[in-house]
Amino acid sequence: MAAAKFDTPNMREYPSIPALQPDATAHLKSFPAAPDHNTFLGFPGELVENWQDKAIEKMGDLLGKYRGFRVFMDACVKCGSCTDKCHYFQGTSDPKNMPVARQDLLRSVYRRHFTLAGKYLPWLVGARDLTREVLDEWYNYFHQCSQCRRCSVFCPYGIDTAEVSMAAREIMDSIGYGQKYCNEILGKVQKVGNNLGLPGPALEATLEEFAEEISDETGCDVKIPLDVEGADVLLITPSADFFAEPHIDGLMGYAKVFHAAGISWTVSTYASEAANFSMFIGSYSNMKKVAERIRKAAIDLKVKRIVVGECGHAWRVAYSFWNTLTGVGSGADDPYAQQLQKQLDHSYPIPQHICELTWDLIQQNKLTFDKSGNDHRTVTFHDSCNVARATRMGTEPGGQFDIPRNVIKAVCNNYVDMDPDTIREVTYCCGGGGGLLTDDLMELRVKGALPRMEALKRVIDEDKVNAMAAICAICKAQFAKVMPYYGIPMDTIVSLHQLVKDAIILPGQGEEKAEPAAEATE
Amino acid sequence: MSFLTVLYALLFYTATALFIVGLAYKIRQYATTPAPLKIPTTPAPTTTSGVVLRMAREVVLFESLFKSNKWIWIFGWMFHVSLALVILRHFRYFQESVWPLIVFIQPFGMYAGFFMVLGLLGLWVRRIFVERIRYITSPSDHLMLALLVGIGFSGLMMKFVEHTDIVAVKAFFLGLMRFDLQPLPTDAPLLIHLGLVALLLIIFPFSKLLHAPGVFFSPTRNQVDNPRERRHLAPWAAELDK
Repeated sequence: MAAAKFDTPNMREYPSIPALQPDATAHLKSFPAAPDHNTFLGFPGELVENWQDKAIEKMGDLLGKYRGFRVFMDACVKCGSCTDKCHYFQGTSDPKNMPVARQDLLRSVYRRHFTLAGKYLPWLVGARDLTREVLDEWYNYFHQCSQCRRCSVFCPYGIDTAEVSMAAREIMDSIGYGQKYCNEILGKVQKVGNNLGLPGPALEATLEEFAEEISDETGCDVKIPLDVEGADVLLITPSADFFAEPHIDGLMGYAKVFHAAGISWTVSTYASEAANFSMFIGSYSNMKKVAERIRKAAIDLKVKRIVVGECGHAWRVAYSFWNTLTGVGSGADDPYAQQLQKQLDHSYPIPQHICELTWDLIQQNKLTFDKSGNDHRTVTFHDSCNVARATRMGTEPGGQFDIPRNVIKAVCNNYVDMDPDTIREVTYCCGGGGGLLTDDLMELRVKGALPRMEALKRVIDEDKVNAMAAICAICKAQFAKVMPYYGIPMDTIVSLHQLVKDAIILPGQGEEKAEPAAEATE
Repeated sequence: MSFLTVLYALLFYTATALFIVGLAYKIRQYATTPAPLKIPTTPAPTTTSGVVLRMAREVVLFESLFKSNKWIWIFGWMFHVSLALVILRHFRYFQESVWPLIVFIQPFGMYAGFFMVLGLLGLWVRRIFVERIRYITSPSDHLMLALLVGIGFSGLMMKFVEHTDIVAVKAFFLGLMRFDLQPLPTDAPLLIHLGLVALLLIIFPFSKLLHAPGVFFSPTRNQVDNPRERRHLAPWAAELDK
């Protein structure tokens, strides 16, 4: 299926709500998973014969397991509060991309099978049978939700479309109708250790290369250690940090921070991936399996701390779910979790975000910066959706907004924020999150990026911004790809720790060079 | 005893029973369904008292709606606050000796009736004329508004246009509560008003009115943001650790 041509949306001068264009993105369908992608994850390979019954059965199962899903199905009053909040709706004008309408694709079937009104008066309450058309509609539109939770901020009952789309995807997986992008990657991470499928020796070579690059640049002997038993810190970072731009520069930033602070650290081959796409497909069991790789690596390497690199949904899984899934955290009273928690050093947050770590070190004056290293940049910061609305950093609510900005301001002289309606709690998704970062959804990704691109363009024009920092591997990859569609150079997107890397002065750095210079003056 | 009195008595017994049993069933269902993962919409409070405060702001002030859309907020909030006052005002018909607070709010409750209907009409106009909201509207959404407007309008008719024998109405309801049937006046606004209220009680546990108990169980609003400090484990998830 060759990607059809599409028009990049025009940037709006003032925020406006588009008129509805029904079925504008009905044709956007990401590739379904191949049978072996599905079966490896414990799902049927292909659509099962009695899929209607099985889907309803699964829905009933989820309604009993997830209070959120249960309440969200019942509570919506169709007030319309969320209708204009989704970036995909703003970019595509398709009414089914309005959060409530997206939920209703599932809710209509819920009503038909699980409510009295829907059973006997379906026409009255908008209840529908689960037909093949409805199933395909589920597939297409629940893969047009990046699970960014922006709508949930504005819902008077806190209905979270992310939860609904996770449930829908889990139902579809359970009947053999999974999505290729997510399910294939989930296979790789469980077979090889990372989403990329990068095997140990290749990873080792890559990391050595980066370490050499830093050492050449600084004259200091900087290492990116791999599988070092007894290191204090295990770094869990998205595998994009090992191969993609601008992610790599972020990784080199972490390496410099660890080196400068004298913290012993290591990357693990076995758990060389922070991403956990199981969250996108709502699969608790797979999410636990992938998270258990981190638990195993931590136990095997006997580390005391676990630090997570720049990745949005991964930080959500780490911060919000790791303790639940595998006991990476504190405060457990069950033997399973205590086994690990005894080994960890609870004077640090577990897990800790790399921004928390860097900011802590900055506050303790353990890092030295030459901010002029970033003087060629005027920087803004894109709050990644999962970090912003599903996690925290530091001890205060909102630390997830302030700590990254504090770090940037500590290493850059020129910083401006984008429009307040597009950042922090109400930040817009990059357009590629939630398992949609695939080329077969390029039209959706470009259109969904519209609100962020508009806000960015404004600070580019008004404040001469030339760098937008992000702390999410998906955001970085997505922006690098879609910004050119909007006439914005792709290298405008930078890793936050890339800014740290360009300003940090390592202990001893420049001393050798300074000496010959001193001699020259004699 | 007239046929209508018996009919309305049976209607109210049935409606009240369905309302209480149905609602209790749903609340029990919400309360016993586990929330296996920590999913508060952040920034979220890090303490239980913080969560109580967040929920109070949500339920009393409609904080999230206020952030979203001032028109929906003003109409929705006007309707709900007025409804609360109106319901409190009606307590006097169920109390032999009326509480001082209920006496105090009588005038407020009376005029709140107008704002209640006004708020509903505002929401209805938006439902009809705002394209996005029209798109997500089912027939039941219109009927729900019609029902509530009908209750409000018939109530206002009795209060301000065509008085009913309110002393007899109070005797009827006090009688119902003591299983001692008293005659109900038979004027049309009263019968319409009471009929619609009974209908509302009946459909409450089967309709979107479940948003009222639902909001208290919404994990994105009622969870404490402390996943790193405390292990949060649902019983079915704990089984997977073994």
